[in-house]
Amino acid sequence: MSNVTPDRVSLFVTCVVDQFYPEVGESTVAILRKLGIDVEFIQSQTCCGQPAFNTGYWKEARPLALKFLDEYREKPYIVMPSGSCASMVKVFYEELFQNDAETLRRVHDIGPKVYELSEFLADVIGVNNLPASNKSGRKVTYHEACHLRRELGAVTQARSLINTVPGMDIVEMEQAEVCCGFGGTFAVKYPEISGAMLQDKIDNIRDSEADTVVACDSTCLMHIAGGLEKQNVPVECVHLAQLLDEAIE
Amino acid sequence: MTSTTKNFKSAAKTVIKDTEVQSHLKGLYSGFNMARIHEAEATPNWEDLQNRAQAIKFHTIENLDYYLDMAATNVEKAGGQVYFAKDAAAASEYVLKVAKENGVRTVIKGKSMISEEMELNQQLAEKEIEAIETDLGEYLIQLAGQTPYHIIVPAIHMSRGEVAEILSDNLGTPKDATIEEMAGAARDELRDKFVQADMGITGANFLVAETGTLTLVTNEGNGRMSTSMPKTHIAIMGMEKIVPSMEDMGIFLRLLIRSATGQRISSYVTQVTGPRASEEEDGPDEFHLVIVDNGRTKMLADPNLREALNCIRCGACLNACPVYRKVGGHSYGWVYSGPIGAIVSPVLTNVPDAKDLPYASSLCGACKEACPVKINIPRMLLYLRNELTEGNYDPTRKKSSIGELVAFKGWGLIVKDPVFMRIANWLGRLGQWPLVRAGQLRNLPPPLSAWTRYRTFPRLVKPFRDRWKSNEQ
Repeated sequence: MSNVTPDRVSLFVTCVVDQFYPEVGESTVAILRKLGIDVEFIQSQTCCGQPAFNTGYWKEARPLALKFLDEYREKPYIVMPSGSCASMVKVFYEELFQNDAETLRRVHDIGPKVYELSEFLADVIGVNNLPASNKSGRKVTYHEACHLRRELGAVTQARSLINTVPGMDIVEMEQAEVCCGFGGTFAVKYPEISGAMLQDKIDNIRDSEADTVVACDSTCLMHIAGGLEKQNVPVECVHLAQLLDEAIE
Repeated sequence: MTSTTKNFKSAAKTVIKDTEVQSHLKGLYSGFNMARIHEAEATPNWEDLQNRAQAIKFHTIENLDYYLDMAATNVEKAGGQVYFAKDAAAASEYVLKVAKENGVRTVIKGKSMISEEMELNQQLAEKEIEAIETDLGEYLIQLAGQTPYHIIVPAIHMSRGEVAEILSDNLGTPKDATIEEMAGAARDELRDKFVQADMGITGANFLVAETGTLTLVTNEGNGRMSTSMPKTHIAIMGMEKIVPSMEDMGIFLRLLIRSATGQRISSYVTQVTGPRASEEEDGPDEFHLVIVDNGRTKMLADPNLREALNCIRCGACLNACPVYRKVGGHSYGWVYSGPIGAIVSPVLTNVPDAKDLPYASSLCGACKEACPVKINIPRMLLYLRNELTEGNYDPTRKKSSIGELVAFKGWGLIVKDPVFMRIANWLGRLGQWPLVRAGQLRNLPPPLSAWTRYRTFPRLVKPFRDRWKSNEQ
């Protein structure tokens, strides 16, 4: 935990949240403001470049990465409601610019300033007494986003944040740490494999008897919610930001 | 082995529909995968062991010429003979030559993935030399005329009924035989072969450079019988299987066995240094070590792929991989399957032919998390994807798909500028409304139909950036 509590952060909302789930961005802003932190939004921001990078189009990804590095150069705290996008900047930019020493220096400089939301709340702000309650009486199960767990190593943060909300305990599903099958373009390149992985996730969610699935990445949630909706399973998918926003006074 | 990596997609689809095989693959999560996790948690300093092993591996691979020379010198000092084979064909040729010189008619084989690269059993059969696999799983695979499905459990895909069928056809056991009866019949058959065989061929889990000692890990004792009973023993290994010292073995055995099967120690750990010495009672008269390249120097030469040579073939990444647990081993189309196979098989065969393998991953990182020597598999998959799209392996077959390239170029133009993103969002919202049914996008035209077959698609809405303005007032 850092000694100084930041009073201002810069939000990187991510392209998926911007285009499909703006309410996740709004909840992120709302939580931070409730905790007394100013939020800045750089209007020129777009995408970190991950979709192209993951599919092998590194040439197409580089201009976006450079754009990000320029836009956030001076920002001491960069918060993102996505473990995957944070991993892109903190881990994968290093691969993208492995032959470009100059840019690599900038990547190393910006990496430690980038925080996924649950990491920021749990590790930097250290919220353990949230003025919150489980108002809507949700029965929550938690899906571990892959990049958050395995690239950023953040396994405990989101769970502990959820558990600090009085009256809200996680009902663990089986295989919570197993990928939902999204994987970016993997989901459309290999629909049968991705669909079979999704089916396992849906089965585990149903078996948990939770009414709400929480995760820290809107892309996982887009995939899981899309599967649940396709099969008319009445379980709601919400981002951690929305869950906490709803709970915090 | 002939590569069928080109057929990955169709092979995978077939396996996904096979409910019997799916139930076996599902069991890998609760079985070997959880056993590994429990044992890792129960081992003090597990991560220290991993870090140490990773450092040793990197060091050995970076100095492989030095350690190979040391290993060869020490094997020869112990009375063994060493042959460096540049490829599978050269390795097979050497084995056949030794077999011919010794008038070999029957060979007993310990489990060896590299002999699969060589298709050694077929090569021997062509010279009318009978080769019998002695690992029970491998034996079943051989009888069924198949190839291993998994590095550690080669017959994981077979049902009890299939096994009963195979053994009934070959050994005459009743089709309703119990597991004990089936294992007993195979054991009787193999015992005879062990006694008859003129030559034993094994793989190598490790070769200790400072002593020239071969190390084999088995649970059935077949490795020890193969190395000690016949007059001639040939061990075949990939050039990356070297560890510098005997002291290192302790670290690797702890990691390998726990990661492979979740055991603390396997039933047998066999160490062989050269042929039978004059004062020894057991052991072969001749010991040959065949060290095989077969494309490994390509990996060694590429700093981005070199790490794949750190693999100790424990199979933990296969068990941990949600994709492997859906598509199984044969879909990958060559000797090595699963996450590490998606790197090794393309590079050792032909990357453009195997282009579907590096993409057959959600990049979830479960492999990296499971790997006892911390190999960063997703990093190498990503690297291969980029090499493929850049056409670096075969400029004539450049892009995997023109449509995809155009899509990413177009996407790149839009997302580089928030103004274009606004326009695209607005056009998208206009375009999607005829497709919305009851507030949902349930069926979209290709290529997005690949998405909507299994999930609904989210609707584009007024973007956050436009809502933000109103927030600030």
